Amino acid sequence: MRMDLIQPFINSADAVLAQGLESPIAIENLSMEEEAYRRKGIAAEVCLMGEIEGRIIFDVDLGAAVQLASRLAGVEVSETNEELVREAVCELANQIIGNAITTLNDQGFHFHVRPPTLHTSEQGSKSSEDTEALVMVFNTASGNIFMNVALRHHCPGALERAAVAG
Amino acid sequence: MEKFAPVTRSEDGQPVRYLIVDDSVFARKNLARMVETFGGQVVGEAGDGVSAISEYERVTPDIVLMDITMPQMEGIEAAEKIVRDHPSARIVMVSSVGYQENIVAALQRGARHFVQKPVKPEVLYEVIKYVMRDEGTTARGAGA
Repeated sequence: MRMDLIQPFINSADAVLAQGLESPIAIENLSMEEEAYRRKGIAAEVCLMGEIEGRIIFDVDLGAAVQLASRLAGVEVSETNEELVREAVCELANQIIGNAITTLNDQGFHFHVRPPTLHTSEQGSKSSEDTEALVMVFNTASGNIFMNVALRHHCPGALERAAVAG
Repeated sequence: MEKFAPVTRSEDGQPVRYLIVDDSVFARKNLARMVETFGGQVVGEAGDGVSAISEYERVTPDIVLMDITMPQMEGIEAAEKIVRDHPSARIVMVSSVGYQENIVAALQRGARHFVQKPVKPEVLYEVIKYVMRDEGTTARGAGA
């Protein structure tokens, strides 16, 4: 997988999570994964279509998700308020992925994004050779956040355009 | 949350009335909380572009905060349809997807401004003052 496609997601997660949590975050682990994705907590999935195709899963441990929801809502959110906690995870996914997509589009990659949906199944589809997934683990004061990025570059011409655009 | 001087309509001193359009309940709640700290009043909410158009007709807000990526009908198309029927409509796009092409498309179809998520209250406050200023909106008192 091309790092120039991945880097905007790392930068965006770093910026959005740091702003949302008002504390620094660190990438604890980064690995490639060919096995099917196994959900760890509350997960949202965003699909991309166009020159770059694939999906990104944003997966948050329940405890971390509750704390994130509370911080973002500005009020204490209970673990039993599942809808609000899920909404918070979807909205965070939306913001992180949206900001990364903004960077990639401005670099010359043209694609479209679907609204985030809850990833409810325990296991996702297996990655293929050209959509190998990169898994990032972000360590925050509230717990771990996982981002699983499986993207395939569709149109070679876009790379040249991006290089020209600098 | 930071204190802001209330933004009111100069013609009658009433709070600015908002329609908030976003498919995320969470995002709508957050935006509602922000505009209330600006002294605004949320008069309607919608979760997609189709509902946004009917809600606009129903509540005739002073300003619409409109997400872009939504199910059924996206925000840019909804903005275009609202402005076509109501040329004085004030629509601010609020989206995490803020690439240039998207912003230009939104502005060309009648949106007045664009705010990128995650929304910073102080940025949204300034945009609202700017967008409403042709209405003679006032921000009273100190702060912000």
